[in-house]
Amino acid sequence: MSGQTLYEKLWHSHLVEERDDDCGLIYIDRQLIHEVTSPQAFEGLRIAGRQPWRVDANFAVPDHNVPTERHERSGGVAGIIDPVSRLQVQTLDDNCRDFDILEFQVNDVRQGIVHVVGPEQGVTLPGMTIVCGDSHTSTHGALGALAQGIGTSEVEHVMATQCLLQKKMKNMLVRVDGQLQAGVTAKDVVLAIIGEIGTAGGTNHAIEFGGEVVRALSMEGRMTICNMAIEAGARVGLIGVDDVTIEYVKGKPYAPTGEQWDQAAAAWGELHSDDDAHFDRVVELRGEDIVPQVTWGTSPEMVLPVSGIIPDPASMDNAGDREATARALQYMGLKPGMAITDIQLDTVFIGSCTNSRIEDLRAAAMVVEGKQVASTVKRALVVPGSGQIKVQAEEEGLDKIFTAAGMEWREPGCSMCLAMNSDKLDAGEHCASTSNRNFEGRQGFGGRTHLVSPAMAAAAAVAGHFVDVRNW
Amino acid sequence: MKSFTVLHGLVAPMDRANVDTDLIIPKQFLKSIKRSGFGPYLFDEIRYLDQGEPGQDCTNRPINPDFELNQARYKDARVLLARENFGCGSSREHAPWALEDFGFHCIIAPSFADIFFNNCFKNGILPVELDAAVVDRLFEEMYANEGYSMVVDLAAQTIKTSLGETISFEVDEFRKHCLFNGLDDIALTLDSADAIRAYEQNWREKSPWLFGAIK
Repeated sequence: MSGQTLYEKLWHSHLVEERDDDCGLIYIDRQLIHEVTSPQAFEGLRIAGRQPWRVDANFAVPDHNVPTERHERSGGVAGIIDPVSRLQVQTLDDNCRDFDILEFQVNDVRQGIVHVVGPEQGVTLPGMTIVCGDSHTSTHGALGALAQGIGTSEVEHVMATQCLLQKKMKNMLVRVDGQLQAGVTAKDVVLAIIGEIGTAGGTNHAIEFGGEVVRALSMEGRMTICNMAIEAGARVGLIGVDDVTIEYVKGKPYAPTGEQWDQAAAAWGELHSDDDAHFDRVVELRGEDIVPQVTWGTSPEMVLPVSGIIPDPASMDNAGDREATARALQYMGLKPGMAITDIQLDTVFIGSCTNSRIEDLRAAAMVVEGKQVASTVKRALVVPGSGQIKVQAEEEGLDKIFTAAGMEWREPGCSMCLAMNSDKLDAGEHCASTSNRNFEGRQGFGGRTHLVSPAMAAAAAVAGHFVDVRNW
Repeated sequence: MKSFTVLHGLVAPMDRANVDTDLIIPKQFLKSIKRSGFGPYLFDEIRYLDQGEPGQDCTNRPINPDFELNQARYKDARVLLARENFGCGSSREHAPWALEDFGFHCIIAPSFADIFFNNCFKNGILPVELDAAVVDRLFEEMYANEGYSMVVDLAAQTIKTSLGETISFEVDEFRKHCLFNGLDDIALTLDSADAIRAYEQNWREKSPWLFGAIK
């Protein structure tokens, strides 16, 4: 009998009841809650007269539509100008109060993007099962946790039962061996992986990321990779626990201490796939082959090296590809044969649950230090992932570097990643964005998103167009 | 939960691959704290020529004439014929809420994104996966025959087209049972409350650091 994958270990250790057809009722250790996908779940509990199964398994933070400009933010919930957003954030506060759930409210210094705050606070721990009504919950898999996005009905289900009924996923291993070139980051690695396997490549799979390149990454970089597992269709991304993981978790506010820490750390040491584990699919990439990536289309799989040329639909054999490419080029306002480096930018956004951690901000600051945002770029936003990161960045003087370069330094939140607050693109604008989705309208009606790493976004802000940050 | 038994309805196209849930229902409508009322904003960015806002009355908004669902022949359609990886991206359940509110109770595609597929069953929508070649043919038949409709029978797991063909489809037994009977799946899971408590007690002993730490 072969060994177990990390996914299988996590699945079996949380299995409450096995059902037919590879289905099982699995126990959920942590539910993360934000303002957008929870109100209807709380309402459902109330209508049915149900109580949360285990209040202390839940944690909430508003992030999706909080304002990021200081003047609006300083008024707290009452200061949110958009009444619809205000009501939604207020509703989260009310629900957490009524159900006695721990919440970091909008102006708590610990507030931030839920997928940044969870690991940063030790609310996310290795070996946990974690759910959240948000597809980027895959982020937490970087800590060796089985973490996945769910819909609002399942949010309510987990609140009421502490369990999720689901089909066991298949196992995929993406191994990146070798070494990355200077200037190539975790973001480029995951975009290259999505370019390789496609946006549906991981559907029905849990993707484990491994190999020398992944092992050499910091926790921040690992979170960036797992964050975008969903952009390859996999609701679960995973990275086995090693010393980097344990070091990261140690001392976090909600991490275990004393005797429980020793016990936990010993248990976490088992959280990796066995050498003889079976994977249904294995994909291999070489670190040396990966160069800075830029998306040119309206799906994350429409990605090219920065040295690339916009594809020509006419040269494609498959009718579906031809149509999808032509539609994407029309939406993006790009022509076949154009160089990626000729794409002129109107806006630059550095932030989101993909790339708003301290390491991301440092990488961007290093590129713009002593330089100026190009006059053709209308605005460049830097939005830290949490209040704690904001404080740390300010202690390191990063905010001064950004503002001296002509960039805006904002309050933490999801911001222009999905533009639910007032941070949005105008129609037709091209944006170099460190976020995760380049879908039509994602960053604003008619907005044109190009996904890149923080260093690439920063370099594009200065140059006004994409440049290869390896030559910076 | 809403049930699905037999559906007889007109078929309409969403003829592009990788339709994401941002396209199905754009973010500004997610600010609602309700489950209903999303139908008028389904596919908002490609259905209208202007930018929609939550709560807006859509009756006088400029319609995009190039968007297929705006054509008179697809009015009141109940079955949506779609392409690969339908429903990818965001986990927002507002996507099936919008589709259901608009009137779509069955979606046929060669493949679906995981989270969206799961969300459909919670909302009385039957997602049906068929071979890409079969879906290609259904698209051709639909385009060639105005008024093209289907009878989708969940119990029999069949689709009968208005041209007389019967096509079988697969559906997970448990999901079928819940959807057919409109069962409350929270109540079903709570039937296992004793097993959950027993698991929890054992897990607490093994992993005490996972309990009571953040309250």
